Amino acid sequence: MNITLRVWRQANAQDEGRMVTYQVADVSPDMSFLEMLDLLNEDLTVKGEEPVAFDHDCREGICGMCGVVINGTAHGRGDSPVPTTTCQLHMRSFADGATIDVEPWRAGPFPVLKDLVVDRSAFDRIIQAGGFISANTGSAPDAHAAPVSKLKADRGFDAATCIGCGACVAACPNSSAMLFTAAKITHLAMLPQGQPERYTRVKSMVAQHDAEGFGNCTNIGECAAVCPKEIPLDTISQLNRDLIASLFKKDGK
Amino acid sequence: MTTTDIPAPATTKGGKPEDFYTLGEEVRDTKAPGGPIDAKWSKRKFEAKLVNPANRRKLTVIIVGTGLAGGAAAASLGEAGYNVLNFCYQDSPRRAHSIAAQGGINAAKNYRNDNDSTFRLFYDTVKGGDYRARETNVYRLAEVSANIIDQCVAQGVPFAREYGGLLDTRSFGGVQVQRTFYARGQTGQQLLIGAYQALERQIAVGTVQMYNRHEMLELIVVDGKARGIITRDMVTGEIESWFADAVVLATGGYGNVFFLSTNAMGCNVTADWRAHRKGAYFGNPCYTQIHPTCIPVHGSNQSKLTLMSESLRNDGRIWVPKRAEDCDKDPRDIAEEDRDYYLERIYPAFGNLVPRDIASRQAKNRCDEGRGVGPAVTEFDSEGNEVKVRRGVYLDFSDAIGRLGKDGVAARYGNLFDMYAQITGENPYETPMRIYPAVHYTMGGLWVDYDLSSNIPGLYVTGEANFSDHGANRLGASALMQGLADGYFVLPNTINDYLAAAPFEKIDETHPAAVEALESVKGRIDRLLSVKGNRTVDSFHKELGHIMWEYCGMERNEAGLMKAIGLIRELREEFWRDVKVTGVNEDLNQTLERAGRVADFFELGELMCIDALHRRESCGGHFRAESQTPDGEALRDDENFLYVAAWEYAGDKPVLHKEPLEYEYIELKQRSYK
Amino acid sequence: MAITGLALVAFLLMHMSGNLKMFISGEAFDHYAHWLKGEGDEGGILYPLIPQGWFIWIFRLGMMAVILLHIYSAVTLWRRAKIANPDTYVAKRRLAQTYSARTMRWGGIILLTGVIFHLLQFTVRATLFSGTADAAPHEMVLGEFSIWWMVVAYAIWMVAVCMHIRHGFWSAFTTLGANTSLKAQRVLNGCAWVIAILLYIGFMIMPVAVLTGVLN
Repeated sequence: MNITLRVWRQANAQDEGRMVTYQVADVSPDMSFLEMLDLLNEDLTVKGEEPVAFDHDCREGICGMCGVVINGTAHGRGDSPVPTTTCQLHMRSFADGATIDVEPWRAGPFPVLKDLVVDRSAFDRIIQAGGFISANTGSAPDAHAAPVSKLKADRGFDAATCIGCGACVAACPNSSAMLFTAAKITHLAMLPQGQPERYTRVKSMVAQHDAEGFGNCTNIGECAAVCPKEIPLDTISQLNRDLIASLFKKDGK
Repeated sequence: MTTTDIPAPATTKGGKPEDFYTLGEEVRDTKAPGGPIDAKWSKRKFEAKLVNPANRRKLTVIIVGTGLAGGAAAASLGEAGYNVLNFCYQDSPRRAHSIAAQGGINAAKNYRNDNDSTFRLFYDTVKGGDYRARETNVYRLAEVSANIIDQCVAQGVPFAREYGGLLDTRSFGGVQVQRTFYARGQTGQQLLIGAYQALERQIAVGTVQMYNRHEMLELIVVDGKARGIITRDMVTGEIESWFADAVVLATGGYGNVFFLSTNAMGCNVTADWRAHRKGAYFGNPCYTQIHPTCIPVHGSNQSKLTLMSESLRNDGRIWVPKRAEDCDKDPRDIAEEDRDYYLERIYPAFGNLVPRDIASRQAKNRCDEGRGVGPAVTEFDSEGNEVKVRRGVYLDFSDAIGRLGKDGVAARYGNLFDMYAQITGENPYETPMRIYPAVHYTMGGLWVDYDLSSNIPGLYVTGEANFSDHGANRLGASALMQGLADGYFVLPNTINDYLAAAPFEKIDETHPAAVEALESVKGRIDRLLSVKGNRTVDSFHKELGHIMWEYCGMERNEAGLMKAIGLIRELREEFWRDVKVTGVNEDLNQTLERAGRVADFFELGELMCIDALHRRESCGGHFRAESQTPDGEALRDDENFLYVAAWEYAGDKPVLHKEPLEYEYIELKQRSYK
Repeated sequence: MAITGLALVAFLLMHMSGNLKMFISGEAFDHYAHWLKGEGDEGGILYPLIPQGWFIWIFRLGMMAVILLHIYSAVTLWRRAKIANPDTYVAKRRLAQTYSARTMRWGGIILLTGVIFHLLQFTVRATLFSGTADAAPHEMVLGEFSIWWMVVAYAIWMVAVCMHIRHGFWSAFTTLGANTSLKAQRVLNGCAWVIAILLYIGFMIMPVAVLTGVLN
């Protein structure tokens, strides 16, 4: 296959940035999207040009490090038959001779560091605000001390599969990180271990979400549509429910 | 520019294995106390010196890595009140490659009432490691395994549950008890997120300072003690020095020396290797685990391999065509009598469920015979000529679909089938899957004692980065167990014994050892950038990986290993002469990052080959051609090789320190699967 | 946003039922209008708890507050989104959002313009295109909706209103925490469609009837 790529090139955070067109020849349909970018980079390196910087690590769809907007959708979801991360998108999803636009996640709280690499540390700070259960090492009761209904355990699990890639923010017209925040809220709210801090958690995580400069949710649904782990939109409603309930609780700010 | 850091290319083309190393003194673990094995850990914890809680915040500990071993240790030491500096090369601690583990985590809880116990988990792990692990360490691992599950549940890790609300377990990796706890096919992810959340909590309260996108490039050793590290800020290129009272390396495995592996792209040996060059012994570097059920290579631009759970072999049947000319046919058109179900043929008792190493080796043998299937990939034969080889065997579910129905198969393996379909574009319900072995885990790593301390005082090594618990082969579902055991329960109870003597003499950037370390890092980077050659870093890495896979992979022999050492040395020399690294240091420069890692892989690869060369026995995951039974099976040599090989860095000719292994509680047995 | 939005939906339902009194008779409609304003003999709503004629003003103030709060929330959301999302993509493609979800903001502005015109027309009676400002309410309605382009304009405006409600209704319940499962999501979206269509029919049936001469 031969592909025309239009890639966002930006030398550093201060640079303006622009789309640059490249031709990539001899692309195999079995290659992953990132392997196609590897091929481009090998070619650029040989020519003495700087390769395109992009984040990636596990390349099996679980670490959440990769992620670019491909033809206008996060992780190329619009070109993929199934929910996917960028590393699990394969070139067979594209036609020979196709022109593909590749851009970084765009959101104020995710500044571009270089080319397709963005800074997602805002997510870590949202977790720091309360996305945990305070259980010091060594202080745990026996694992069977608190049974969990399977229904709740499964719902918690569905939310816990979030990989923190940021596609939800990239796709959201409001640049809201509600799906990410709500996934953690829902995960911990479903478990008995998560109850003691449940309402302080939701208040402080939402406050941190807003402080990071993410927009608010208007229930449009683009986030869930691109989520590689299919985190459902109802987690956001769970967050709202807990947030409203927290207004009537004494704990927390 | 300092070049002292880079070894001169070696020209030794040795004749005998002994020419490649020198024999040093024996090394021993001095920390495990005497007494019965089930009392040792309690005794050690009691005897270890303590640090007063009020003094802990005056002590600084550097932890490199945020996976299960590093993240758990950082969180636990932070909770204890130490001042922790934690580093990772990814953009967030949550990305560490522990996240990709699928299967589960073992724990001797005996929730199933099926006769499990600490001793049985200990026994299975030692036996699974083919009697090349230290009894004391493994017993402790089994002992703390139950606490791990309690801890993780308390953190909110959503393990699989039954309708009664209690935890579900399954049997895994060929053991006969159901002791594996799991969270769908994402156990590693859930455990890592648990550790990550505990870590973020400590970051929020300020006990842990987190440095993302920082790569450790050197260890600072002062008066024989590990006192700090040098890092490169991967966004700005700034080279910085960090000082502490102790340094913990939790930097994972080095499977990427093979280029293609199931490791993450960034996994590397640099932190371990830099410590090794500063004097830390490297234990059993040649022990790597090859996993038989990975999705095969599709072409020369493949960047990584993807593992599928071994459970597939429970219902799938493995075969290749009997005749090489059938290999490019549609498998459905190959008649039953023209198929070679080779595992069922050779091992009628175990069939497709033979251990990982046998399944892997036999698949490679079939492909070497020219009976592999799938796309042919370019390789180089022993004369260096380009050849096309098909690297894959069929894993066929048509019998299982006939027996269980398509829905029955989907219920058991649906997610794996979907994953396969997404990667290959083929429908495994219609055509047989293709599988091939891939490097998955490295049992070798820096040598540590019972306290997880390396031979450099103040340098601790946890998780896959150390060599300690898995011997020559790792049992399924025990990597997660070891990482968390080390991070949550072992290190936080042993490092205090060392830190009790701290704080040590205060040092800063002006200390000669720090200056030397910083300059050597800068010199190395300058040198990489100034070569300005013609070949890309990846092309070197691929070639190195090919040499390693061919000669130091599943099956090894003396001539091949000696040849490999020569090839690696030539390639390393070419690398420093002809590598092309674009850009500058003061920037986000991914080519430069990779170049530094590959440079260290060359040296590691050489040591792995030397270790493999000296270990003239088949053991664990490795088949040594010179050591086999009359019917071609692996033959362990306990008389000559019942020891850990701890290698000391000494340029081209490393020094071998043997740590004899003593089995007091477990009787040595030869494996048999026929 | 959610609470004020739902209050406005409730108002629309009430308004719709009032309009439908035209189908009983012109007198019934007039009576209803006078009753709302407290101009009838019985003193109007809540009389004698509150003085005659006060209710309508309290209600109008309340509605004004609700609308202002709704606008304030919308502007805040919009502003935050603008700050959070300073750069747009070169290539844009939408996967999930409905047309109504996407047009909540500009659509809202169109709605507001329509509301202002509507109030000027029927409440202030400043922009009447037929008859005089002192005509009985039902005569005024009959007069205005006999103009064909007026009905067309209202039909278009009501499409905008109902689209806004289609997304707004489901979105409000989601924000209030009612969307707890995939099933709930389907039910809420279903209800949103029902309400939107009901309002459209309920509001348009009377003007169409006037225009076609069924009501006169």
